[in-house]
Amino acid sequence: MSVKSLVSISDYSKEKILQILDKAAAFEKNPNQKILDGKVVATLFFEPSTRTRLSFETAVNRLGGRVIGFADASTTSGTKGETLKDTIKMVSNYVDLIVMRNPIEGAARYASEISNVPVINAGDGANQHPTQTMLDLYSIKKTQGRLDNLNICMVGDLKYGRTVHSLIMAMSHFNPTFTFIAPDELKLPEQHKMFCKSQGIKFEEHSELNEQNIADTDILYMTRVQKERFTDLFEYEKVKNVYILKNSLLEHTKPNLKILHPLPRVNEIEQEVDENEKAYYFQQAKNGVYARQAVICDLLGL
Amino acid sequence: MDKDNKKELKVAALKDGTVIDHIPSDKLFKVISILKLEECKCQMTFGFNLDSHKIGKKGIIKVSEKFLRQDEVNKVAVLAPNAKINIIKDYEVIEKKTLELPNEFIGSMKCMNPKCITNNEPMASKFITIDKEKGLFKCHYCERVVKSEDLIIE
Repeated sequence: MSVKSLVSISDYSKEKILQILDKAAAFEKNPNQKILDGKVVATLFFEPSTRTRLSFETAVNRLGGRVIGFADASTTSGTKGETLKDTIKMVSNYVDLIVMRNPIEGAARYASEISNVPVINAGDGANQHPTQTMLDLYSIKKTQGRLDNLNICMVGDLKYGRTVHSLIMAMSHFNPTFTFIAPDELKLPEQHKMFCKSQGIKFEEHSELNEQNIADTDILYMTRVQKERFTDLFEYEKVKNVYILKNSLLEHTKPNLKILHPLPRVNEIEQEVDENEKAYYFQQAKNGVYARQAVICDLLGL
Repeated sequence: MDKDNKKELKVAALKDGTVIDHIPSDKLFKVISILKLEECKCQMTFGFNLDSHKIGKKGIIKVSEKFLRQDEVNKVAVLAPNAKINIIKDYEVIEKKTLELPNEFIGSMKCMNPKCITNNEPMASKFITIDKEKGLFKCHYCERVVKSEDLIIE
């Protein structure tokens, strides 16, 4: 099926990314429009994600569209043994666009191949979450005034953090310099380092979050070390408190530095940092609505 | 009979069929398994740990009356990219097949990721070859990159 969908950030070219970001900026100026009047969007959340679901639903509602769907797979016929294929075939008969979160990796790609309407991947396990990447890019561009030639430092769970992997892919168009800070157990996988090398992207790796390692940073991208990713909880206990960002660490950083975090945060950013003018993670989440409005309208050809 | 011919005869000659030569010894039994030769009724001869100038110890498979389909050739290409496949008719080599990895594989390999959709739905797997020299493949669905030795070939 050749319906346009957004499954992976690699589905977007550099030009497409820039075009969507421009569109998102227009929605930020004017978020309430009746563009989706008469359209129905399904939000199929086979795994709960309050933030992402509310962000998508806000995006649709502000554009005058209506939303159907579910927030928890236990209420679906999947529990009766229905295949994803059958669910998607059925729902795609009802609606104009499907937004899906599914813990199974590759579920969104498969759904996009069997659906009659566009599918937006709202997260498929540890694989992809492209609208998160679009809102990250939007936040970077908005705070730095550009995407090119930036120093981006990523901290925390670089092994399983899909937002990190997708952001590396997306930023590869814009000549970034990366600093990766992670414990040995959660270092960036070889696959992504190979990708950086193949694209001629400069990067360095450290295991300590200290002043020196973030001295040149423009964007500090913090991530949560997720307990559920560890098979050995002893390993989790060892690393969970290692990468905590405090105001004292930020004193000598560049004035234009902004702190991003895909949220939810646990304890990796101290509460005191929230008041720091370099903290940007809550505005970042707000930008998600505009980025999603842009992606939805683009897929619907509006 | 000269010395070379005696060496040749360690493995029986073949009238009609297929010879897969230059299989690294440690891959021989895997090649036999993925081609499901144990289910085949035809006559066959296997050579194991034979001396090879090129690869040290090699394996060889000679199967009578069997000619590989392209999807079978592709599977051999993943396991033993430097193997040689010769088609024999009336004791003569009538065709030499060079192995080359196809750009994509549909259905013949299993994704190792238990959380991949292909292991959770009744559907065909699909892999994209991303580096023919290094033998790297990417699952079209979960996007994990795997090396050829880590692929599960069905």
